[in-house]
Amino acid sequence: MQAVFTYTKGMVRTDTSYCPGCTHGIAHRLIMETLDEMGKLGDTIGVAPIGCSVQAHKFMNIDMCESAHGRAPAVATGIRRVHPDKTVFTYQGDGDLASIGTGEIIHAAARGEKFCTFFINNGIYGMTGGQMAPTTLIGQKTTTTQAGRTKEQAGSPLRVCELICAIEGAVYVERVALNTPASINKAKNAIKRAFEIQDRKLGFALVEILSTCPTDWGLAPEDAMKWLGENMIPYYPLGVFKEP
Amino acid sequence: MTDKVLMKGNEAFAEAAIRGGCRYYFGYPITPQNEIPEYMSRELPKYGGSFLQAESELGAINMAYGASASGGRVFITSSSPGIALMQEGMSFLSSAEVPLVVVNVSRGGPGIGGIQPGQADYIQATRGGGNGDYKVPVFAPSSLQEAVDLIYEAMELADIWRNPIMIYTDGILGQMMEPVVLPEPRPVTEYSELKQKKPWALSGYGDDDSKRRVVKSLRMDPNELEMHVEALFEKYGRAEKELVRVETAGLEDAEIVFVAFGTVARITKEAIELLGESGVKAGLIRPVSLWPFPYDAFDALTDKTKVVISTELSMGQLVQDVQIGVGKRFPIRLITRTGGIIPTSREIVERALGILSDISV
Amino acid sequence: MGTYRMFFAGSGGQGVILMGQMVTHAAMLEDRSSTFFPSYGPEMRGGTASCTVIVSDKEVSCPIINEADILVAMNLPSLLKFQPTLKPGGVILLNTSRIDQKPSREDITAIDVPVNDMAAQLGNARVANMIMLGAFVRATGVVAEESIKEVIAATIGAKRADLLDINLKAFDMWKQTA
Repeated sequence: MQAVFTYTKGMVRTDTSYCPGCTHGIAHRLIMETLDEMGKLGDTIGVAPIGCSVQAHKFMNIDMCESAHGRAPAVATGIRRVHPDKTVFTYQGDGDLASIGTGEIIHAAARGEKFCTFFINNGIYGMTGGQMAPTTLIGQKTTTTQAGRTKEQAGSPLRVCELICAIEGAVYVERVALNTPASINKAKNAIKRAFEIQDRKLGFALVEILSTCPTDWGLAPEDAMKWLGENMIPYYPLGVFKEP
Repeated sequence: MTDKVLMKGNEAFAEAAIRGGCRYYFGYPITPQNEIPEYMSRELPKYGGSFLQAESELGAINMAYGASASGGRVFITSSSPGIALMQEGMSFLSSAEVPLVVVNVSRGGPGIGGIQPGQADYIQATRGGGNGDYKVPVFAPSSLQEAVDLIYEAMELADIWRNPIMIYTDGILGQMMEPVVLPEPRPVTEYSELKQKKPWALSGYGDDDSKRRVVKSLRMDPNELEMHVEALFEKYGRAEKELVRVETAGLEDAEIVFVAFGTVARITKEAIELLGESGVKAGLIRPVSLWPFPYDAFDALTDKTKVVISTELSMGQLVQDVQIGVGKRFPIRLITRTGGIIPTSREIVERALGILSDISV
Repeated sequence: MGTYRMFFAGSGGQGVILMGQMVTHAAMLEDRSSTFFPSYGPEMRGGTASCTVIVSDKEVSCPIINEADILVAMNLPSLLKFQPTLKPGGVILLNTSRIDQKPSREDITAIDVPVNDMAAQLGNARVANMIMLGAFVRATGVVAEESIKEVIAATIGAKRADLLDINLKAFDMWKQTA
């Protein structure tokens, strides 16, 4: 019998520590499967953030390091200097990248660093228990915006792709989502493109991946997918913002 | 080549690091150490190395972490307020056991403080200035030659101990010039030897994923974290035996024993000469390693000693280690200047004589 | 020859730092100990600039000084600031083109060198510090003329060989009288 679907060598054969319905597992797999298909697993170095995915190295079967909160782009910059011909990427959540690590991501983009960043935006701090993120939507309830985020009190959610694509060193910026099988396929294409751009040393590539956090959103996994489509995508439009 | 050259402190530090094998430098401008990034930006590319001006000291130390975790030999520098920002990284690198050599060309604090010389980061440097239980070996040169030699050696020690190492200097050493003999350039680990020499370093595992490497500092399981910290402290215990460095002079018949490090020790040496001319015998304990601190050096004090004086550009930081070294055997006093003011040798003499007469009453 | 402790002081741009460095360098060529420590601050141009230079036949322990044997004062504020630090019997080299006061100290020797006027005679205002350096070396003998000329050749010759002649000419300009 012909296998139509197999385990990728890019993932370590273990259960992930993510909550049921969380899309980190999908994002991990898309990245690792892509690297596997491109024959890059043995030549890749990944940088994990602070957040639920701090232990991504337990699941991603590549050389990898942790980084302090928000600093992943700086760490990847250092790695890239030593290994200019390897594949390097950061995997960062919204608190990590869009709040505590804004300095690092902006300047990595400004330098046109030749690595990719996969930015997981689920609009909430997951690991710390559901506090407001810089990407939390207006009206969205979190443990630090219990009546829903207001613009008056907490300002407006940050649109990272729109911000990054204004920077000259960023050459490829796309926002994708993981809420439907079709969008998941599109996400994988975007990931592949980001790695190809790194191969060609064209500049910095960022793929924002709209994701769910059923636990902290207080929704069943399926409802979380639906919520993403109905609430996040209207504010965070999908598509290619910049390409070489 | 063993000829002497006249160099400015900051440039000598940079050149010593390059000769020690540094090929990666990440820096951010801050006075009084700006000649170091300037020198590195000019010189490192000649050796095939990388210089990068980071967006902040946070960026710089985390770039340093990435480069060193990947097997590169990394050197970074800053001055007190910037070193404070780098403490996040110092803690992280210590936990992850990633080598790094850091120079603090320190200045007066607290806060932005001033840009003139200071030693008030002593506690931060010697106790582990970031979060958690960790130690960083700290060496404090008092001349440019000693700084050059220590930085050169530290580039190797950091790899051997897989630990950050700090060279604690100040604005005087950074800005002054004096003749130095530069050491022979050390061969750099070739890329092809990296896996053998630094098997822990990230480089992509190639064909065999059983050789997969992870560099990390998070340990969610308390038992695992405790074991890790205990292993670190086993290493620090060895460092306490092997890395102690001290210079002493005239302890055998000293009425006054000064304790001072860095440039303050040089000024104190002149004060000791002046005291000798006026018939007062004084000796010096100059810790070269601030951690591990040379507590045993105090065993050489005799009953001729009437007082031990900690001379420092801080309000009583070094004296905390002096107290551990002396115990209750001798009175301990302080001569301090702060705010970036450097005492003259004559000022030290006058204050020491005042202390001596108070003690004798 | 013992130990010489010196201040070189003036305003930023008058070349006092370069003078101090050159003396330090020349002493090194003579295999003596020397240290140079500049004042440093946020001013880049026009602020005060000074440096401490020590030249000694034994190892220089302390780069900071209590008292100076020699002061090179390129402007009035430098004279006023540093003359109290001179030892009795010390020497001040005064740039009388920029200093219209006599030193208040009477227990010292003052040597007048109108370096800006002399530089104007040479037609190059920028070599005023070399004129002072020549005066300093010939009046004090801290370092030998040959060694400092070697430094001038190495420092200026390396960057602007076309300017070496005028600098050496400036260096030779001041002659000890009486």
